[in-house]
Amino acid sequence: MTALANSPSSRQPITFAFLAQVILIANSFIMLYPVVVMVLSAFKTTGEIFEHPFALPDFTQVGNFAKVLGETSMPTYFVNSIIVTGISIILILVLGTMAGYAVARYESRTNTFILLFFLAGLMLPLKLAVIPLFILLRDLNLLDSRWSLIVTYTAIGLPSAVFIMAGFLRSLPAELEDAARIDGASEPRIMWSVMLPLARPPMAIAAIQNAVPIWNDFFFPLVFIQTDAYKTLPQGLTTFMGEYTTDWGMLFAGLTIAAAPITLLYIALSRQFIQGMTAGAVK
Amino acid sequence: MAQVSIRDVRKSFGSVSIIKGVDIDIQDGEFVILVGPSGCGKSTLLRMIAGLEDITGGEIRIGPRVVNDVPPKDRDIAMVFQSYALYPHMTVAENMGFSLKLKGVPQAEQKKRVGDAAASLGLTPLLDRYPRQLSGGQRQRVAMGRAIVRDPQVFLFDEPLSNLDAKLRVQMRAEIKELHQRLKTTTIYVTHDQIEAMTMADKIVVMHDGTVEQIGAPLELYDRPANRFVAGFIGSPAMNFIDGRLEQGGLILPGGAVLPVEAQVPAAPGSKLTYGIRPEHLHIAPAGTPGSIPATVAVVEPTGADTTLIVKAEGGSLTAVLRERCALRPGEAVTLKPAAHQAHLFDGQGRRVAAA
Repeated sequence: MTALANSPSSRQPITFAFLAQVILIANSFIMLYPVVVMVLSAFKTTGEIFEHPFALPDFTQVGNFAKVLGETSMPTYFVNSIIVTGISIILILVLGTMAGYAVARYESRTNTFILLFFLAGLMLPLKLAVIPLFILLRDLNLLDSRWSLIVTYTAIGLPSAVFIMAGFLRSLPAELEDAARIDGASEPRIMWSVMLPLARPPMAIAAIQNAVPIWNDFFFPLVFIQTDAYKTLPQGLTTFMGEYTTDWGMLFAGLTIAAAPITLLYIALSRQFIQGMTAGAVK
Repeated sequence: MAQVSIRDVRKSFGSVSIIKGVDIDIQDGEFVILVGPSGCGKSTLLRMIAGLEDITGGEIRIGPRVVNDVPPKDRDIAMVFQSYALYPHMTVAENMGFSLKLKGVPQAEQKKRVGDAAASLGLTPLLDRYPRQLSGGQRQRVAMGRAIVRDPQVFLFDEPLSNLDAKLRVQMRAEIKELHQRLKTTTIYVTHDQIEAMTMADKIVVMHDGTVEQIGAPLELYDRPANRFVAGFIGSPAMNFIDGRLEQGGLILPGGAVLPVEAQVPAAPGSKLTYGIRPEHLHIAPAGTPGSIPATVAVVEPTGADTTLIVKAEGGSLTAVLRERCALRPGEAVTLKPAAHQAHLFDGQGRRVAAA
């Protein structure tokens, strides 16, 4: 790149790169602005938010957070969100990886059919089936419980997880498996000790790709959950918006707390995520 | 250490027959090389011995035991793969010790055996590295170390040198051979490179199209090839073949030259035979010498040690390797005379019928 930039014939690329930088910076600004405003507003009272919307707040003033955590059901929602998202992701990863492994590594006539069956799930928006789903969950006595959300999210997440895992596992060399088989590893052992350690990047993709929408989902909790004790964050936060007045400071504090875990998870996994996205691009 | 015996072994995928009845006997401690062009079934046969492919028919014994239905881990074999197949997420030591760990060998003994194998291969300073931090030759050595650690009855090598550059290949060739001389473990080695086969093997099995063409010691195959395929496959540059007609007094070539043949060729006069002569058995002779082939020089390739001469003759081009330097130029006329008693005659089916 530097060699290119120094040569006289490379004026064009520099201008292009400059333009790209401007666009990217503008884009980051647009993306980050609401997040920054949310965090800043979380430290202000409702009055301050409307008086000085862009002013830096006094960061020692954590009254909103104290109120949200102490006086509302926010901690319950938070725990519910963690339980629902956590168990859903674990189920998606365990089942998706096993199904993907079987589809990718074992030769069978039914493999293509099974993969296509999972892919069909990708093309079907489950929200369309919310009424039969509601009836099904009612008949299973799962309605108004965390399990109603967990089974639904797992079903939604599995197709993409199987697709991602199968695609990646198929690209691993078969000789590795043969070597492990000769070394004396059983089939589960080959999967566990040899293949899965290599499959961390696609697992991170499957995890993040599913965790963000599950964590943020408002639709299914709204339909399935009535009891306050089982509500998740997005649904719970709406209770902060009153019919006549809204404590904006508190709402922003709640939103900040709600957004934090998934943001941290994304940052933690982003390296693996990017690695997985670009896997195979460069040898 | 053990004998390996392969009896009428067959393999087919659906209706496609890959291995069509192969018999090979491998003695205890022998270094046997399966060689043949790609697609001849040699790797498949090796994978069948390893237990990675099912056996459609026949019987494979390792030692006294029929292993047809024994899973790979219980066959007491170790295999080195073409891609080395090192576990990328394990260190060299973990790679080498993986089989011992699975077998439940006590940790102290694992460590000792891995250490011994590493020391014998010069890998001791690399034990804590990951495969990605190693060069090609080092990875190759780790793959061999992983096999040695298990102290198996049989070593299987599947084209282990084909990913290395030419210089390293020669070096590793010597290392593998030295390793075999030290451990004396029965070894079955697959390659498509006939030089590897000639230099390393106690016994070569030449395969072609799912069948065994010939089994023998390297020089035996070189000196007395059983058929035209083996004659053409073993030796570099490859043997020259000239089609001719058997008559009283010799073999008549397309250009009218007459090459002398042995008196008792078991073929009727007038039958079509192929005359095979190795490049190093063609010598330059004065024009008009009886029993020689007139030709025109096409290419001269001096390699320093010898000179390869490609000439155009009536009935095709011939290759000659001359020990002495020569001042020939392309386009010049040259006369080549086959050395006495070094030629081979093949019949219409490619079978060797006689020497000439």
